[in-house]
Amino acid sequence: MLFGKDDKMYEFEFEKPSTVAEAVAALADEDAQALGGGQTLIPTLKQRLAMPSKLVSLTGIDGMKGVSGGDGMLSIGGATTHAEVAEAAADAYPALAALAGQIGDPAVRNRGTIGGSLANNDPAACYPAAALGSGATIMTNRREITADDYFRGLFETALEDGEIITAVRFPVPQKASYQKFLQPASRFALVGVFAAKYAAGVRVAVTGASEEGVFRWNEAEAALDADFTPEALDGLSVDAGSMMADLHGSKAYRAHLVGVMAKRAVAAAA
Amino acid sequence: MPKDNDSGIGASPKRREDVRFLTGAGNYTDDINVNGQAYVHFLRADVAHATINSIDTSAAAKMPGVVKIFTGADFAEVGGIPCGWGVTDRHGNPQQEPRHPIIADGTIRHVGEIVAAVVADTVEQARDAAEAIELNLSDKPAVVNMAGALAEDSTKVHEDLTSNLCYDWVFGNDDDTAVQAAFDSAAHVTTLDLVNNRLVANPMEPRVAIGEYTRGTDEYTLHTTSQNPHVIRLLMCAFVLGLPEHKVRVVAPDVGGGFGSKIFHYAEEAFCTHAAKACGRAVKWTSTRSEAFISDAHGRDHVTKIELALDADNNFTALRTNTMANMGAYLSTFSTSVPSYLHGTLMAGNYKTPVVQVNVKTVFTNTVPVDAYRGAGRPEATYQLERVIDKAARELGTDPIALRRQNFITEFPYETPVALTYDTGDYVATMDKLEQVADVAGFAARRAASEAKGRLRGFGVNCYIEACGIAPSNIVGMLGARAGLYDAATVRVNATGTISVFVGAHSHGQGHETSFPQVVAEMIGIDESMVDIVHGDTGRVPFGMGTYGSRSIAVCGSAMVRATEKIINKAKKIAAHLMEASDADIELKDGQFTVAGTDKSVAWGDVTLTAYVPHNYPLEELEPGLEETAFYDPANFTYPAGAYACEVEVDPDTGKVSIERFAAADDFGNIINPMIVDGQVHGGLGQGIGQALLENAAYDEDGQLLSASYMDYAMPRADDVPFYQVDHSCQTPCTHNPLGVKGCGEAGAIGSPPAVVNAVVDALQSGGKEVTHIDMPLSPSRVWSAMNG
Ligand SMILES: Cc1cc2nc3c(=O)[nH]c(=O)nc-3n(C[C@H](O)[C@H](O)[C@H](O)COP(=O)(O)OP(=O)(O)OC[C@H]3O[C@@H](n4cnc5c(N)ncnc54)[C@H](O)[C@@H]3O)c2cc1C
Repeated sequence: MLFGKDDKMYEFEFEKPSTVAEAVAALADEDAQALGGGQTLIPTLKQRLAMPSKLVSLTGIDGMKGVSGGDGMLSIGGATTHAEVAEAAADAYPALAALAGQIGDPAVRNRGTIGGSLANNDPAACYPAAALGSGATIMTNRREITADDYFRGLFETALEDGEIITAVRFPVPQKASYQKFLQPASRFALVGVFAAKYAAGVRVAVTGASEEGVFRWNEAEAALDADFTPEALDGLSVDAGSMMADLHGSKAYRAHLVGVMAKRAVAAAA
Repeated sequence: MPKDNDSGIGASPKRREDVRFLTGAGNYTDDINVNGQAYVHFLRADVAHATINSIDTSAAAKMPGVVKIFTGADFAEVGGIPCGWGVTDRHGNPQQEPRHPIIADGTIRHVGEIVAAVVADTVEQARDAAEAIELNLSDKPAVVNMAGALAEDSTKVHEDLTSNLCYDWVFGNDDDTAVQAAFDSAAHVTTLDLVNNRLVANPMEPRVAIGEYTRGTDEYTLHTTSQNPHVIRLLMCAFVLGLPEHKVRVVAPDVGGGFGSKIFHYAEEAFCTHAAKACGRAVKWTSTRSEAFISDAHGRDHVTKIELALDADNNFTALRTNTMANMGAYLSTFSTSVPSYLHGTLMAGNYKTPVVQVNVKTVFTNTVPVDAYRGAGRPEATYQLERVIDKAARELGTDPIALRRQNFITEFPYETPVALTYDTGDYVATMDKLEQVADVAGFAARRAASEAKGRLRGFGVNCYIEACGIAPSNIVGMLGARAGLYDAATVRVNATGTISVFVGAHSHGQGHETSFPQVVAEMIGIDESMVDIVHGDTGRVPFGMGTYGSRSIAVCGSAMVRATEKIINKAKKIAAHLMEASDADIELKDGQFTVAGTDKSVAWGDVTLTAYVPHNYPLEELEPGLEETAFYDPANFTYPAGAYACEVEVDPDTGKVSIERFAAADDFGNIINPMIVDGQVHGGLGQGIGQALLENAAYDEDGQLLSASYMDYAMPRADDVPFYQVDHSCQTPCTHNPLGVKGCGEAGAIGSPPAVVNAVVDALQSGGKEVTHIDMPLSPSRVWSAMNG
């Protein structure tokens, strides 16, 4: 099947396998690319910024869809949409469900997938903060990657060519919250902070802010380990020098917002 | 059929056009497809300033589906896009007016400029081939910053001009010494430097053009997304392509918003018309949203210093402004009128300041051309004036409303020092109304409630006046307009009594299809469903100047009234003949003609039928048929005015502003359809709030548009605006048009930005911050920086 009639993308082949194994085989072609919800990839293609020879849709693979849990873990299939997570994780992991429910608009949430979001690793995306802030494990067709090892900078991850995120496993915290300060135009995170309290300790992950992408704010984690209150963060700040700067906010502003959003996340954690 | 009570002037029937818009039955330009049409893809510059050394289209020409490739050389014999307004500078010299080519001829002057055009069987083929075109460019330094552009040693945007200055204009009192003396003798002078941010209009429907050529009759049809099809036809035929006007039909069907950006004649329109003949096929272009950002004319972009002088009693004694206004790389159709006559003439505002001097330098830069955007010059004037008054009130420790009231013009007609004569108005009444609608008295309690939540709360007010219904042709001609500004309507009554009104105004969201019939139906006393308007097609409607400057009902509506009066006069003569009475005794009410003092009557339908079946008819005195045309040229502008109030909360931790309340008290004179007027005000307020808080067309120093998509260009969304309190019960009817109407289309966009900024400054000052000004858009980061600066 060929796409490209009414839009202006380059032509490409399209496959929609029903198992991970088939998808892996289809992705073996040079220049083949996985397609999740297409909410990032399709606009890229329409702007002719990418020229894959083949798109391999992952949304027909039943084994990669859905939310399941037990034993303090929540497992989300790599092709599960944001809308589904917002609904299905609401009881088990409310902070994660709330995060998914604030991504984009309903159309984006009905299409976009957790695997696509984590594979893309946009520096302003929300899911990377949840994965890193929860100490999640990224499950692929080849291996398991801890979130701490997975994120490698702007749009960079540990994924290798042809590697598929089949699921993401989240340890469920005692309490958590994601606080997102909207970039006024895109409504991605200008700064988003995910704070989660586990028996083993507090994790705080920050998205939207750093030139190096999502990161853990270790100083805040240590302070919150001792005292999980907003006041515990008084006087702490991230280094403005490593923050991003653009039309919507300077380095100093982003650094400031990290502190504000972190306090709000701690205050809101439930 | 007699009219019911929910119709006619002053009633709010629902917008009949919305049924087709909301049910997918609209007919937008992109819905039109012509048999055998080809598609054009424009190769647009991705650098701001460069010499084109060569363009190699040979490989592209061999690509599949390619019909023809055009470059600047193909348009060397064709005229450039004309500027519709010539401004004379302070020394009596004409504005500098560079050639504005259809396709770049040797030099690229802004990102988005057309460098080549590929016509092919499909859009994809055209785009594929465009990628195979090889450009050899030598980059030149981009001129972006206006002050830099005016520096002696600046690179020139146009080598053949003497500099990047388009004109250096002075208006009002041009005696510098006298003006300085007024400032020297002032008890207080308030000065403010501010920026009126550049905007992208962003109508929901991007531009589209389809050119068609019929060889057999040597006729052209251009379907285009325009607010004024006759203007496009005139400019394109007479100045660009050199075509006989009667061989060209321009159709602007349903248009999904314009906000000014669809007034202008664009290169793509002339291209598609020209290419249709050259290719022997209809040629269609549909703008992508990305193209719209870099090819639709932008709005605003003024940098201003304003000074207000007051005497010891706080009376305004003098006002002086110095503005740099960005023209972009070329002069768009009405670009030069916006910072001059549409801006300078409004600098008196609602106040009786005796001395006003307006200085404007317009500047060429390597950016997209800038032209009229909702309000066009008047928002820029209002913003500076209402901000400086607010600042003065703070400096003097006086109440900003009281300071305004004290300086209001209260007697009409009033001749301003900047050339206008306000015919009527009542600024005290609109301010009284505003104070009530905005519940000024309850503000203190609302502020306390916000503060209890850790938020700062501010209240901001401003007034505005605009010159609408543009305008008398002889006056605008004296000021440099190269066009007349009348409008026209033909009222065609059918034999059965139904009516088609062919109007020169164009409706692209304003609801004319509902409000115009209300007027005609009321005048005759028939049901509105019997009246339709026809617009947007030079092949059908009389020569009209189109829709902008809140002029449709005031100018075209007046033409329609005049034509309807002619119809009624003639119909009365027919009725008199039928009832064997004298014309002078005939009365028309509720669709019935009666003879005064008798019980004789004849119905509207009988008279219209008689006009077309003239068996019993005074043929020797009266022509058969019932169709009349009127052209109407107003005696003056109209002057809608009002007072607006905004209440904001500011989150001191993040700088985020939220608009909690917004009240508008407008005087639009008489009102045809209050619901439509509410909608126009709501839309304008949304755009004004968008400018104040969100929108910003920002360029980097290389001339790249940083906010070239919705990822970075923030449009107002529903949750950015509050529920508005809109009141237009203060009505001082216009004294010189038959309906007493003033126009309401731009008020909201003109009147809202200063109220928002005034409110934010008030909020920050209430929190103890020494902030006197923040440039728009008041994004969270800017507000936070100002608070922590
Ligand atoms: C209007 C709009 C608003 C948005 N707002 C937000 C927001 O507020 N916050 C936010 O976080 N995001 C936002 N997004 C992005 C959205 O969440 C996307 O859905 C997400 O970034 C990509 O997911 P996708 O499934 O659509 O992936 P796709 O676009 O299909 O793919 C993206 C990339 O991931 C790869 N990929 C996809 N699935 C897998 C997989 N299972 N394994 C390996 N690689 C894979 C693809 O090859 C591609 O490189 C927004 C998007 C839009 C269009």
